[in-house]
Amino acid sequence: MAEQKKLSIISMSGDFDKVIAVFTLASGAAAVGYEVNIFFTFWGLNSIKKETGRKFLGSGFMARFFNFLLGGRRNLPLSRLNFGGLSPILMTGMMKGKNVATLEELFDASKALKVNFFACEMAMHVLGLTKDDFIPEVKDVLGVASFLELSKGGQTLFI
Amino acid sequence: MSTFNLDITKERCPMTFVKAKLHLEQLESGDTTEILLVAGEPLDNVPRTATEQGYQVLETTHVKDNIHKLTIRKP
Repeated sequence: MAEQKKLSIISMSGDFDKVIAVFTLASGAAAVGYEVNIFFTFWGLNSIKKETGRKFLGSGFMARFFNFLLGGRRNLPLSRLNFGGLSPILMTGMMKGKNVATLEELFDASKALKVNFFACEMAMHVLGLTKDDFIPEVKDVLGVASFLELSKGGQTLFI
Repeated sequence: MSTFNLDITKERCPMTFVKAKLHLEQLESGDTTEILLVAGEPLDNVPRTATEQGYQVLETTHVKDNIHKLTIRKP
């Protein structure tokens, strides 16, 4: 079967640098004509929360506590040398200074280029989150079987 | 029919492609646009992907140093 121009990304990490990789690949691929699907699971879900800061989201004490600690897109830590959250701010400044797109710009570009966002049903259940906790661009809540069906015939990356 | 233009000489990957794609999407049938870009990845790939997406690359001209100009038309 010929390979389609389709890229499917499993976004599991909630690290700032890895989430930048997700949205760089997604927006770049969409811009050159690929169909792009991102399946957000576990810490990857932090980058598509409506609340970009820290908030007690979800149902159940533990879930609310976890979601507060994890936060949203503005609280993503650098995978190394995070320095209590200072490094992502410094890194964003360096990126702006070098005329490289920031996480927010890549995120907005992915939305503008109609990248398909999907949330993992199981991880949402563990973290007590519902589809309403995510940005409206999240198309659907999926499980493994649906994601595999969706990604069939293209390239798949795990980040 | 209108003429547009876009300068992506200061952009870095992937925004070179992102801005080119969003710019081309604004064109109506018959419109042409001129895109300024640098040699290397943008010059190698913007015209190729524009052609793949159904646009006509009418001309590629060298402007100065490593800057080139693409003239693209939406059929």
